[in-house]
Amino acid sequence: MTTELRGKSAIVGTGHAGFGEAHGLTAYDVMAQSALAALGDAGLNLSDVDGLFCTMMEDSMPALMAAEYLGIQPRFIDGTMSGGSSFVNYLTSATMALDAGLCDVALIVYGSNQRTASGRLVTASRPPAYEAPYNPRYPISAYAMAAARHMHEYGTTREQLADVAVAARAWAQRNPEAFERGPLTREDVLGARMVGDPLTVRDCCLVTDGGGAIVMVHADRARDFPKAPVYVLGSAAESSHRQISQMKDFTVTAARASGARAFAAAGVTPADIQAVELYDAFTINTILFLEDLGFCAKGEGGAFVEGGRIAPGGVLPVNTNGGGLSCVHPGMYGIFTVIEAARQIRGDAPGIQLKDIDLALAHGNGGVLSSQVTAILGSQNTL
Amino acid sequence: MQDAIGPDQFFQRALAEGEILLPKCDDCGAYHFFPRVLCPHCHGAAISWKQAGGKGRVHTTTVVRRKPERGGDYNVCVVELDEGVRMMSRVEGIAPGEVVIDMPVTAFVGEAEGVPAVLFKPSEG
Ligand SMILES: [Zn+2]
Repeated sequence: MTTELRGKSAIVGTGHAGFGEAHGLTAYDVMAQSALAALGDAGLNLSDVDGLFCTMMEDSMPALMAAEYLGIQPRFIDGTMSGGSSFVNYLTSATMALDAGLCDVALIVYGSNQRTASGRLVTASRPPAYEAPYNPRYPISAYAMAAARHMHEYGTTREQLADVAVAARAWAQRNPEAFERGPLTREDVLGARMVGDPLTVRDCCLVTDGGGAIVMVHADRARDFPKAPVYVLGSAAESSHRQISQMKDFTVTAARASGARAFAAAGVTPADIQAVELYDAFTINTILFLEDLGFCAKGEGGAFVEGGRIAPGGVLPVNTNGGGLSCVHPGMYGIFTVIEAARQIRGDAPGIQLKDIDLALAHGNGGVLSSQVTAILGSQNTL
Repeated sequence: MQDAIGPDQFFQRALAEGEILLPKCDDCGAYHFFPRVLCPHCHGAAISWKQAGGKGRVHTTTVVRRKPERGGDYNVCVVELDEGVRMMSRVEGIAPGEVVIDMPVTAFVGEAEGVPAVLFKPSEG
């Protein structure tokens, strides 16, 4: 997104459904419940939606299936599939479509029943041909190898990785919507079952059901809705590879580029951001993204997160809902970074509500550190 | 043209005969992996095949934990060959947890999941 699109669109509704276990429901049921919740939040109906932005883990034409299920006939759809980052990426295409008059009400929506359907982490695709014979466990083997390289190059420790999970849990404990709210210590994380060295099961995101939805309109009419509008000030993407074996530098992600462009479009810097919502599929993600987005220098992410510095009461509020590690992770988490960032700005966060939040960052990750999308959201005061 | 074969098949057929061939760009001289119809560095389309030297280093590594009754733990790693290309593989001949970053390794053609595959062992000396 360029500076010309700064503040041209706004989020006027958010919703979710099926957090944790959505017994008896299909992924599309959860998707539809999420859509209704977000539209209710915006004071709109499904019949108002003429732009649909959706992908799912199921079937090959999920946006078409979603439109059919919802009983709508959108004049603009985007079903771009870049993994969990897709839903942050839709902020860009929705803003462009709204600003060009290609649609008037944009619905970004996702749903999954992966926990009750299968009880394990479902990936949307088969492993690539030149990796499959070696039986990597996707996606964890990829993130484990990124963590191993970060530890090798920068001396990052398993204790520092564990502290990411502990901080996420501390936020989740104060969020009644979060799935995992029990106590969690550094020792618990380190002593948990190792699944892909150096990552234990507590370094990994949850496997839950759940869906989320966002309603967006053009900024010109954003103040006509019940909730305070949250403006998209900047959003940008960059993709670097598909297969983990093709990642050029395992310690640097494309978030460095997506972040720099999103900040430039929004006209703000990392120091201005009051709440940071990152796609934490694994504990190493949080460290990589804090570095690549400019909250600390490369190699200093481990020290940055150590000992509660990103936990409640720390120096930087990160993943204030509990993140994918402790709040919810239904296959793809990206949309929840945007929802939590928007709710912090609106002042109706489900857990710890930070004071006077005008600027928040949402960052989506897709594939195996492959697709990075950064969005900067702001209140009316930031226009 | 019924016996025409593309880069993927060419690589796999050589592998089945025990040979590791790497694609090398005629224009910029750089190797790449996996095999494809163009050079990902300069986008030239003139590609030749060269015998791999077989020497490399472990760039990064992990142990996939698996229950003993299902075959036990195994190594998954990414090796950087001296030619400058990287590939996913595993190091055999030592415990999966003893594979470390920067360890010198030597390629051989073995079998993975029932198909011929490039595998590695620790380099001698
Ligand atoms: Zn070339």
